[in-house]
Amino acid sequence: MAPKLPPQPPLQHSTTAVADGQAHGHAAPPKGILRWLLTTNHKEIGSLYLIFSLIMFFIGGIFALVVRAELFQPGLQLVNPEFFNQMTTMHGLIMVFAAVMPAFTGLANWMIPLQIGAPDMALPRLNNFSFWLLPVAFTLLLSTLLMPGGGPNFGWTFYAPLSTTYAPPSTTFFILALHIAGISSILGAINIVATILNMRAPGMRLMDMPLFVWTWLITAFLLIAVMPVLAGVITMMLMDINFGTSFFDAAGGGDPVLFQHLFWFFGHPEVYIMILPAFGIVSAIIPTFARKPLFGYASMVYAVAAIALLSFLVWAHHMFVVGLPLAAELFFMYTTMLIAVPTGVKVFNWVTTLFRGSISFESPMLFALAFVVLFTIGGFSGLMLAIAPADFQYHDTYFVVAHFHYVLVPGAIFAIMAGVYYWLPKWTGHYPNERLAQWHFWFSVIGVNLTFFPMHFAGLAGMPRRIPDYALQFADFNFVSSVGAFFFGTSQLLFVLVIVLCVRGGKKAPAKAWEGAVDLEWTVPSPAPLHTFETPPVFQRASH
Amino acid sequence: MSGGSYYVPATSRWPILGSLALGVMMVGTGMKLVYDTGLPVAFVGLIGVIAVMGLWFRDVVIESQGGLYDAQMDRSFRWGMGWFIFSEVMFFAAFFGALFYVRMFAVPWLGGEGAKGVSGLLWPDFVAHWPLLNPPDAAVAGPQQVFSPWQLPLVNTLILITSSITLTIAHEALKEGYRKTCRNWLAGTVLLGICFIFIQGVEYYEAYAHYGITLEAGIFGATFFILTGFHGVHVIVGTLILAVILMRIHKGHFAHENHFGFEASCWYWHFVDVVWVGLFIFVYVL
Repeated sequence: MAPKLPPQPPLQHSTTAVADGQAHGHAAPPKGILRWLLTTNHKEIGSLYLIFSLIMFFIGGIFALVVRAELFQPGLQLVNPEFFNQMTTMHGLIMVFAAVMPAFTGLANWMIPLQIGAPDMALPRLNNFSFWLLPVAFTLLLSTLLMPGGGPNFGWTFYAPLSTTYAPPSTTFFILALHIAGISSILGAINIVATILNMRAPGMRLMDMPLFVWTWLITAFLLIAVMPVLAGVITMMLMDINFGTSFFDAAGGGDPVLFQHLFWFFGHPEVYIMILPAFGIVSAIIPTFARKPLFGYASMVYAVAAIALLSFLVWAHHMFVVGLPLAAELFFMYTTMLIAVPTGVKVFNWVTTLFRGSISFESPMLFALAFVVLFTIGGFSGLMLAIAPADFQYHDTYFVVAHFHYVLVPGAIFAIMAGVYYWLPKWTGHYPNERLAQWHFWFSVIGVNLTFFPMHFAGLAGMPRRIPDYALQFADFNFVSSVGAFFFGTSQLLFVLVIVLCVRGGKKAPAKAWEGAVDLEWTVPSPAPLHTFETPPVFQRASH
Repeated sequence: MSGGSYYVPATSRWPILGSLALGVMMVGTGMKLVYDTGLPVAFVGLIGVIAVMGLWFRDVVIESQGGLYDAQMDRSFRWGMGWFIFSEVMFFAAFFGALFYVRMFAVPWLGGEGAKGVSGLLWPDFVAHWPLLNPPDAAVAGPQQVFSPWQLPLVNTLILITSSITLTIAHEALKEGYRKTCRNWLAGTVLLGICFIFIQGVEYYEAYAHYGITLEAGIFGATFFILTGFHGVHVIVGTLILAVILMRIHKGHFAHENHFGFEASCWYWHFVDVVWVGLFIFVYVL
């Protein structure tokens, strides 16, 4: 135990028991909107992140539906190709940076202090700053759609020279918006690392932490390592566009391929940033509803660490057709395939946790199980793409689109939804409406597969991505995908309905809302009072 | 481990004001770059960002002086600063990576080297060399000549290395309780920082006036200015930080056994110093 500094003055946050909530000497939070603008409370900031992410999920979703509506049948019907390109680009940017990442950060804000027995995040004001940068960044990004020449139209990967020499004027604003979002991610990640390393309840060792905390620790490390590289590469773009430098221009001795190397050095760890916390959520839910401890806790931790380290060594598998030396093709092919090993460990452990468990199928468990099955499909198509000579055929086709949507939608987003259903009783004090949640699950799982499974076939048959028109032989696949997309998109309104109903009322939840749940968050009341664990709990080592 | 007295600030207006100010600054910058207007907007934003940082840090200093922080809070700051510096390392790594890639691969390939040799076909007469004085396309004018590392860059290297030593002496003096010694050596460090910035300014002037090293001068100018430029910005920020620390020493802040604000600024300064050594070797010497 660390020695204290000078005698403690009477703070508003005195040491009091956990359970009596707001009953003790806290200054009342400011009323109305100011409470949300000025808050330093991890739960309120977590809610802000989650609400922001949900709004952005629908905005990004509408962009996707514009794309799918245009692709409903061959020919150009609804939008012109320039706008189509802006829609594919903005859909990707919004979903990656404004929907999935803030959703996980919101869950981290809410749950990490509760799961490690901390009174709040380590740096609460910085936490608020990290959040409020996001609305600023994405208002600016969305405003580019209204600027002369339109918004970004070069795909979410913004390859030079499409994004430099041939880009619309608004690209400078896009770069500046992304800088703000990057600052938000870095500061948020620093806060999470400091919280996990420094704020654990007495007695909780690193290897006692719930896997959601572990996966976030490693994710935060990835964020701190690669978001600055993104900042660097977009700064070089900014210079090329506005100050006449030659970073990505071969005429001056630069190289457009340099852009791709730098981007994917950021981009590949980035895709694991979007999936590792999902692993953590699923690793919490499956043991709870199988009523068995997680199988292979330590191997789960090592597998996540291995995936994170490998993610720095695989970036050029996105560039197999760009003209890499043969040695590089082979190196990046083999390192990419290696990732299947720790990922396989994880899937094996989840399945083994289920083995001979007393399983029940509440909505969080349904989403988690769908995650395991459907994420694995995405993993296998990734393994196919990793084979360099095969990738020459798949590259830039709808097969790639199918692959990354399988890992992101029934992967990352299903895990987020599973987490939301799992922790809603803790946040609101009410169970979500189980019947509606199950409808939401079945609609989602059918919609996702209708949308993305045909894309495998379209891609293998040679349909290129990011094209508003296509040859007639792809019409059937695209018809099914578009119907599925509208079905999936519409059914997400059910998700909003369940959340709103749950906030307003519903079956009361006890502190331990799920029978098989074991982590520390289930020891505080439901709903969790504004301030929890001001006196650190004594951590009882469970059998992991 | 949690001790039960962790200081959680109630509310603060600085985060939201800071993000708004940053947004205004970015909008202004974008307007200036794209539409050649809006420089005042950018300045208002910049002033806002600086003001918010000042007021936010002021709150932190007041809380620290008021004894609200315990040893656990101290560790939070240490982790926070350490990881922040790691993020800065990765930021510079992107630019060093670009330099290495261009020198090892892109320029030789343009000269026809390598198994593919395709990019060598673009400008068949181009001969790869470094420093790249003659970029592949005649439309891009390269630098006339580059700096000798053994003149101003060497002086700057010695200045920065000396400043790291003087800063360490100041820190040791603070730990031993010799506050006046600490103040003097710290003042010396700030002066060395200012000297570095001045010399770098002279070098930039020379680059544009006599050497033809400009942002437009092909990949050499681009990598030169992005590396030295961002390093220069960090030296300016570091010098400002040390100046604030000097003022706080003067006011009697920082106990001799507990002074993380001082240490954090030392970490930052040493980091900036190490980056310069990398710059000196890879931009100027090799």
